[in-house]
Amino acid sequence: MSAVIEMKGISKSFPGIRANDNINLKIEQGEIHVLLGENGAGKSTLMNILYGLYQPDEGQILIKGKPVKIVNPNVAISHGIGMVHQHFMLIPPFTVTENIILGKEPHKGTTLDIQKAISDVEEISKKYELRVDPRVIVRDISVGMQQRVEILKTLYRGAEILILDEPTAVLTPQEIDELCIIMRSLVYQGKSIILITHKLKEVMSMSDKVTIIRRGKVIDTLNTKDTNIDELAEKMVGRKVSLTVEKKEAKVLSPILEIKGLKVLDNRKLEAVKGIDLQVHGGEILGIAGVDGNGQSELVQAITGLSKAEAGEVFLNGKDITNLPPREIIAGGVGHIPEDRHKRGLVLAYTLAENSILGSHYLKKFRKGMGLSYQNIREYCRKLISEYDIRTPNEKVIAKSLSGGNQQKLIVAREIDRDPSLCIASQPTRGLDVGAIEFVHKKLIELRDEGKAVLLVSLELDEVMDLSDRIAVMYDGKIVGILDAKDATEKKLGIMMAGGSAQDAV
Amino acid sequence: MESRINEFREGLLNTLKEIAYPLVAILISVIAGGILVYSFGKDPVLAYTSMIKGSLGDWNKFGETLVTVTPLILTGLSITFAFKCNLFNIGVEGQFIMGAIAAVWAGWAFAGLPAILHLTLTLLVGAAAGGIWASIIGWLQAKVGSHVVINGIMMNYIAMYTSNFLVRTALNVSGKAYSVEIADTAKLWRFSQAFVQFKHSRLHTGIIIALIVALVAYYILNKTVRGYEIRAVGFNPDAAEYGGINVSKNIILSMLVAGMFAGLAGAIMTTGVQYRVNTLFGFTGYGLDGISVALVGNIHPIGVILSAFLFGVMQKGGPLMQIQGIPKEVVGIIQGIIILFVAANFVKVIMGNIKQRKELKKTALQEGVE
Ligand SMILES: Nc1ncnc2c1ncn2[C@@H]1O[C@H](COP(=O)(O)OP(=O)(O)OP(=O)(O)O)[C@@H](O)[C@H]1O
Ligand SMILES: [Mg+2]
Repeated sequence: MSAVIEMKGISKSFPGIRANDNINLKIEQGEIHVLLGENGAGKSTLMNILYGLYQPDEGQILIKGKPVKIVNPNVAISHGIGMVHQHFMLIPPFTVTENIILGKEPHKGTTLDIQKAISDVEEISKKYELRVDPRVIVRDISVGMQQRVEILKTLYRGAEILILDEPTAVLTPQEIDELCIIMRSLVYQGKSIILITHKLKEVMSMSDKVTIIRRGKVIDTLNTKDTNIDELAEKMVGRKVSLTVEKKEAKVLSPILEIKGLKVLDNRKLEAVKGIDLQVHGGEILGIAGVDGNGQSELVQAITGLSKAEAGEVFLNGKDITNLPPREIIAGGVGHIPEDRHKRGLVLAYTLAENSILGSHYLKKFRKGMGLSYQNIREYCRKLISEYDIRTPNEKVIAKSLSGGNQQKLIVAREIDRDPSLCIASQPTRGLDVGAIEFVHKKLIELRDEGKAVLLVSLELDEVMDLSDRIAVMYDGKIVGILDAKDATEKKLGIMMAGGSAQDAV
Repeated sequence: MESRINEFREGLLNTLKEIAYPLVAILISVIAGGILVYSFGKDPVLAYTSMIKGSLGDWNKFGETLVTVTPLILTGLSITFAFKCNLFNIGVEGQFIMGAIAAVWAGWAFAGLPAILHLTLTLLVGAAAGGIWASIIGWLQAKVGSHVVINGIMMNYIAMYTSNFLVRTALNVSGKAYSVEIADTAKLWRFSQAFVQFKHSRLHTGIIIALIVALVAYYILNKTVRGYEIRAVGFNPDAAEYGGINVSKNIILSMLVAGMFAGLAGAIMTTGVQYRVNTLFGFTGYGLDGISVALVGNIHPIGVILSAFLFGVMQKGGPLMQIQGIPKEVVGIIQGIIILFVAANFVKVIMGNIKQRKELKKTALQEGVE
């Protein structure tokens, strides 16, 4: 086997931070090579350099032994490199075909040959066993499908080397299994894959090799079969990480959140939550398990006032908060870690300091007379940065410049530090490294032990099972059953998530 | 104290950086304009010196230039303010017109009030008229979802014909094509009353008002809770909503303020220069020029001041250029080039391309060696 890609002595600095520090990386033909590292370690930066989005300050890139200068993505593509980004880059109102051919459209004379485009797409989709419907609009397809489109986009451009930046962070377990099969078949057909992921189980099951990066430096490159999860975690974080959640027996208090007969419509005006009754008590973590798209998002939106409840009532500490404006709900003591950090959680163009007060920006402690007290705001943000170990040069950079995981940490910090009596955590650890996950889990358990209520919504079954005291399973807009976490098994939950009842599961 | 100074310096540096690209763009456009003049067989140096002479040659010319600059600052601020909420206030023209005609009414109908009071009232009525006019557009966007640009254009026409109607009817005395004149108590103080240097210019205190409003706009946008909310809505309405910010309210509010700036511009034209409103046969242009001013000013209140000044100089310097035999269209062309360059961020893009080209060349050379 020969190295298809070799990155030698790559260094890259951003103002105040050395994101890559003399990195060496070798990718062999036909392997799946994982880049593993903490949030902000510099993985995305390194891949953006390989893809020509950033220029390295130092270092050299060799493709099949030949030195190349990748000054922009077009050069990367011409060398057979394709990249699927951490945050997708599709055009939602375009069809699958239009998205795939964009920039390399087949044409008849001066007109676009859409028939040929569709048949081309069908052909590669068959060749690589990536089934998609070329005619549907991207906006209407699932995240897993969108990812296939992204992968097809790179293959359509003749990619030999695929870079996948955290492809599994947004996928459901089923979709992850499918992706795994797709990757295997791609490698079988001679492609090489560089994969970024934080999920150690995936690293073990999917990859051939692992390179571990910490604070911009390569720590080690290992053969997957010679290592194990604990070793990887330790190498990556630099200390022993506890991968199991430790928590005391829950001391359940009176209910904090009470939901009665709640019905919510989704944005297509179809009923997504079809009459839910639920209570979350102080001192407990209630986990909601379910396949994506069974009404979890709409439920959370209705509780937080971001969608209108069509019917039913929501009480917080005995007070009716149904359809109150979000500000009053936040002020009433609700913290909310939203599922999509870019859509809801952050104003990317705002500095970290400005983002750290979103939702409490009008409070006296951040004001000086009529104006905002930027001094207090920055001080507050510095406190969050150090307490939550957010990796950033300072609090004055814009949120967009942070690595994905550190953006998430900022949101978690803000919402937990609000000291809410109810904390709604939707996919709270999406994109976080194992160390950060451990930390966030600890924080959520701390809230619970202080007598607060935590409503956890997660597509990760492991997370739901580890953290929750009770687990409610959602299917088709309804809660099909509530289990004590002690009685929950993956199998039982699996059956209920598919619409079976708890009785079937026994 | 130390940190305060550092902070101030940092802020200043950032502001400088922000205006650096527009400045380079302006320089390039000036050169391009020069080449154009040269290609007409005229002397570019003469063109520019006469432009400067015509607008800044003496105190009176300087004063007249500032008279033009004043409404441009305010309409530029109007565009800027709405833009921070991601709204394109093309309705600025209509708001300007409503401000001007409302000021005629207040300046005429409340004659007899003490001067300071009357003037303040007149300006406020003008600002309010513009504000209300704009909030209708904002309300339609926020509550009905119909687009600000479409409604803005419609409201411009409605404003123009409303103004003409009033000029012909309620605000008309003599059957002439212009409105009644405002009372002396509603007129802005003119510099010519105290300074001989400005004897032949209409320079009035409106310029000071405009500068103060620019600072106020900067303060509201960048230092207040309201500004925080408006900009958050502008950048990401979903995140703003999540953060307990009322999106509709902020859209309407930012249009209201933007409209007040435009209305004030109209009121200042009435109380400082025209003292009445003529029948309009088309748009005044002050509003629409505000769009260019804001773009060249990089959508920044302080940038708007500088860019309004630049536009004032070009507009006032034009006639003298013409006397020198240089077509006055050249001024328009230079203005167009500047806007193109700044709005398309040409300088940044071109610099980026040059850098890339260099890298490519280096690679080619290296590969050649091997
Ligand atoms: N465009 C940028 N401007 C400034 N700083 C940046 C920029 N891009 C990345 N950084 C910084 O470089 C560091 C590495 O970021 P990078 O995105 O490569 O991390 P990562 O390993 O992909 O992390 P994650 O797992 O959280 O996605 C971070 O500290 C980040 O703040
Ligand atoms: Mg990343």
